[in-house]
Amino acid sequence: MINYGRIIAAIAVMAVVTYLTRMLPMVLLKKRITNTYIKSFLYYVPYVVLSTMTFPEALYSTASLISALVGIGTSLFLGWKGFSLLPVAITSVGAVFLCERILVLIL
Amino acid sequence: MKDKPFLHGMKDGLPICLGYISVSFVFGVMCTEFGLPVWAGVLMSMTNLTSAGQFAGLSLIVSGGGLFEIGMTTLIINLRYTLMSLSLSQKVDEKMPTLQRALVSFGNTDEIFAMCMTQDFAITTPYMSGMILVAYIGWALGTGLGATVTSLLPEMLRSALNMAIYGMFIAIILPPARKSRKVLLTVLLAVAVSCLFYYTPVLKMLSRGWVIIISTFLVAGFMAWKFPVKEEIKEEAIEKAGEGHD
Repeated sequence: MINYGRIIAAIAVMAVVTYLTRMLPMVLLKKRITNTYIKSFLYYVPYVVLSTMTFPEALYSTASLISALVGIGTSLFLGWKGFSLLPVAITSVGAVFLCERILVLIL
Repeated sequence: MKDKPFLHGMKDGLPICLGYISVSFVFGVMCTEFGLPVWAGVLMSMTNLTSAGQFAGLSLIVSGGGLFEIGMTTLIINLRYTLMSLSLSQKVDEKMPTLQRALVSFGNTDEIFAMCMTQDFAITTPYMSGMILVAYIGWALGTGLGATVTSLLPEMLRSALNMAIYGMFIAIILPPARKSRKVLLTVLLAVAVSCLFYYTPVLKMLSRGWVIIISTFLVAGFMAWKFPVKEEIKEEAIEKAGEGHD
């Protein structure tokens, strides 16, 4: 059974935290951060977070490891080529879909 | 257009809106797939307005993560907004009152930040509000659509759609990783830490929310210590947000 109270509480916590990260610097700090360590840390954060969320989970996100590898391969290739977010995502989904249809035919 | 800043903002927000509909559509699909009711996904989109944070929050809610863990993960993932808000605070009209600063900062997403920072004028409240409104509608609408039509999607299509979010993440990470050795090293280290916690006995008992937090402090902490970045931050952040997203 889904606990709706828990879902609403979680959404509220997320909303408040997200809002505070955006609002506090705008309202409180009119000067720029000069501390190089903090600036550098914040600079690296998105890359660490996105990489950690993507690997190795993406390998197990589809119906089979093979189709996941095909999808990831497609994303890596197009991303490396510099295509933007949406085309990369859509093409990768298409690659996984095609691969799984082919696998169904072969196996 | 220049003398109607609200309309000007709405116009600049249109491409963001279109991109948001597609991304939030996937989010809506995932919400329903994970068993969340439609209103919960839409409520999250309307109160959070952030992609990566919502995807992470969704998976934590589903996997039974605690509120503290969810809050900490959201904080870590969205800490980048703090940096962006700092930059934005230098870009907005100096006379913008505190209350208005508090209002427009709700909409300081990667894409809106990028759009504002690349304008050649000081950002005013009407301009930014117009942009936020259009983008916000796209984000909420896409979520609702995705959550509603999921049940109509065949299983084979849903399996493939799971790859969308990872494809997006990869598309965000790779262009800057290709340009900067520091970013590439950051990505490789983060993947190594992530895999370590995913496959090692005992360590893998830790929920993924905490792994993200640990990985961030370890890798970003190490990189900031060994490879501090100086003035390139602002420009790269804009470039990243501008080309990585639609």
